[in-house]
Amino acid sequence: MEEDALNQSTAAEADISLHMLSESPSGSVVIYVVPESSTVLPEGVSVYVGQRRTALLRAGGQMRVAVALKEVLASLETWIKQVLQVMSFSHGDITAALSDRVRPGDRSREGLADSMRAFKSSPGYEITFSLLNPDPTSHLLHWDVEAAISSYIQPLLSKMAPVANFSIDSQILYYAVLGVNPRYDPTLNAYTLNADSLSHVINPVEARLGSSAASSNPVLNFLLYVPDSRHSPLHITDHRRHTVPSNAFSSPRWGGIMVYNVNASGTELPVDVHIDMRRVMGVFLPQLRLMLGVQSAAPPPGFLIGPCGNAGLADWELDRLMWTRSVENVATATTTITSLAQLLDQIGNIVINDNIAEQVSSAVASLQLAVGQLEVGNLGLAMQYSKEAILQSERAFFDPSLLHLLYFPDDQKFAIYIPLFLPMCVPILLSLLKMASEVRQRPGQGQAKKD
Amino acid sequence: MGTAGVSASCINMASCSSLKILTLLSLFLSPTIVETNNIEAKAGQFFSSGHTNNWAVLVCTSRFWFNYRHVANTLSVYRSVKRLGIPDSHIVLMLADDMACNHRNPKPATVFSHKNMELNVYGDDVEVDYRGYEVTVENFLRVLTGRLPPSTPRSKRLLSDDRSNILIYLTGHGGNGFLKFQDSEEISNVELADAFEQMWTKRRYNELLFIIDTCQGASMYERFYSPNIMALASSQVGEDSLSHQPDLAIGVHLMDRYTFYLLEFLEDIHPSSTTNMKDLFKVCPKSQCVSTPGHRTDLFLRDPGSVLITDFFGSVRKVEITTDTINLTAPMVHLEDTRPVRELRTEIQTYMDQLPVAEIIHQVKHTHTTNDNNRCLSPDFNPVHTSGLTPPPKHQVVAFLVADWCCLLPTSGC
Repeated sequence: MEEDALNQSTAAEADISLHMLSESPSGSVVIYVVPESSTVLPEGVSVYVGQRRTALLRAGGQMRVAVALKEVLASLETWIKQVLQVMSFSHGDITAALSDRVRPGDRSREGLADSMRAFKSSPGYEITFSLLNPDPTSHLLHWDVEAAISSYIQPLLSKMAPVANFSIDSQILYYAVLGVNPRYDPTLNAYTLNADSLSHVINPVEARLGSSAASSNPVLNFLLYVPDSRHSPLHITDHRRHTVPSNAFSSPRWGGIMVYNVNASGTELPVDVHIDMRRVMGVFLPQLRLMLGVQSAAPPPGFLIGPCGNAGLADWELDRLMWTRSVENVATATTTITSLAQLLDQIGNIVINDNIAEQVSSAVASLQLAVGQLEVGNLGLAMQYSKEAILQSERAFFDPSLLHLLYFPDDQKFAIYIPLFLPMCVPILLSLLKMASEVRQRPGQGQAKKD
Repeated sequence: MGTAGVSASCINMASCSSLKILTLLSLFLSPTIVETNNIEAKAGQFFSSGHTNNWAVLVCTSRFWFNYRHVANTLSVYRSVKRLGIPDSHIVLMLADDMACNHRNPKPATVFSHKNMELNVYGDDVEVDYRGYEVTVENFLRVLTGRLPPSTPRSKRLLSDDRSNILIYLTGHGGNGFLKFQDSEEISNVELADAFEQMWTKRRYNELLFIIDTCQGASMYERFYSPNIMALASSQVGEDSLSHQPDLAIGVHLMDRYTFYLLEFLEDIHPSSTTNMKDLFKVCPKSQCVSTPGHRTDLFLRDPGSVLITDFFGSVRKVEITTDTINLTAPMVHLEDTRPVRELRTEIQTYMDQLPVAEIIHQVKHTHTTNDNNRCLSPDFNPVHTSGLTPPPKHQVVAFLVADWCCLLPTSGC
């Protein structure tokens, strides 16, 4: 049956039919080795990475003669290692996940940029889509954001449900302008925003975005800006003065902004504009993937990575995300509990309530379970235990009752108590001395009288 | 005062533009050099500071009318920080907030920071997060360490992460090793250092800039031991920080000297300026400030010459151009409106009688004849009008005037 599947004309179709035959469990990678003569892989492509944890690997020229299994595997070893690096986690991914505990010099620059770009692991995220209309008199904008979110964004978020909870909302802001004046470029016959001035665009807008979030979860903002008629069309240019085809940019750990140009060629103002949500979501979706930690690094030569499918996330990408997030959660929870223990050692007179002690012990139990599941490879359970560990350790560490306000340095203790007790001690000492001298005198007197 | 320092690295704008000229010339030679140089420039911007967001915690620890200058200090720093880009959601402002509407304020709803009332720093959009009696040592430490009760709203929390640069500004009356909060409690330098250490163990900051404008301010940063903290103080141990100038119309000193010159320095900074911290250390020399400002950078990993002012006072976001797009082919699924259609109510609703007067009068007529104790319902009862303000007795007015004159004498700032 797999032979039939592998005899399909294109790799994508082969991938789909292979998936229908068997479902591979989470955390696994299945590699099908096809002979060199097979036509399922296009020319020049050695590996095809599908969307469902399978990869098709073209065997090298040494496979002409039938040999033992060991030799086959030995010759394919380097290729298999590369496939695993792409599809599953690599050393760099784990180092990035443990970024807090790794010295800055040990990390590569790309790893550092990646760690700055994605949000830290959090039990939930708030996502806000905003439409900015600075010129409502010229443009009357219609955007069917609810349908777009449910068609394109929600599948990704549902697939990532084991990693975190998401809450989405959207809003429209009128008369919201960018903080930067775009320059007119006669060569492009359009207004341009240079990459250097983009840093200053976000702040004036952010003050007006508001937030309806009631929790302390991180907020991702995605803004769609429709330029006003005086500054249309507006293009974003990069450092080399070329226009960017997506006309969008993102800020790490904040969100993304896309500029959507409309042709307001109607004579009657305001012009009705129906925004093409497919194009918009096609830009926001990769930005969202980057923010949530799904890195799309450039594949090694000879690799072809298949399209992500409806959810916008391949299964192996989800697996890699779960690996790194679980490791990050375990590391963060361990650090939290360790620093809590250090705090208790430092401050002698702090009071630990029973509920904090319970939370710490259950956090430790969850951590041990999570590490055990990671060793075995059960990603779903490992993720769940690591999330529980994080929640309990954070609750224990940030308990309001642990605030320590009693700092008594020794010199202040002496300064406070000596003036209080010394005057009282003087008459006590004197009377004690007097009693002692009386007691010493009395046996002498008694003896004298007897005599 | 705000001269830009040209540093040797590529982070500085001046050298980046010269780099661009060089790359244009070498375009003819080899395109690969252009590629790597641009990646260097982009990566350089990313790695220059390592932070992605900015927070500010601005605390004024005094109350009462004669401490007007501390509130003006804090509000001026708040105004500069907002002007340079940090939004209100990322600023935790703690003020006693009893200046603008104080009954001794001749210009109500204003707080001026300059003589001749040039600049009203109270403005229209001040968002005070902790006001009045909420400014306590406990709340301050709770904000820093994050140990707030679960019901605290987002605006009162410091939701920083490991990539946040935090600016902490304290002002008020202080002494050797302590800072007085609202005339009733103190925070010691050891407690502050411990709070910062707890912030570091939980990675609640990337870099921290601590500025304190009190008497003997340098004693407050002596005990810090956590990495990545840079501290500035307006005076050394044993010295007093002095106030700047009194305003005869308002009757109090308006600002402290260190913060006054700090603000003059900040007025020259705009969001894209490249002034670095070494210029901030030179603010308010002894000739202007009378006290000797101090700073501490041994815990800071980067060289202060490469730290931009806007790394802490402003909020310059790092941006990346989006190059990947996904071609979405599935058609949009239009949701049906699943909200239930509510029928319109047809009956007219009216309010119930809040005070059934007729019944009361009816009852009173009964009770007046039967029970004399129930005088509250008697129609003869005249309620005493308790309006808000009564004029103070004369001797208190004289005492206030004497206190005002005392404020105009050149006194120490603490």
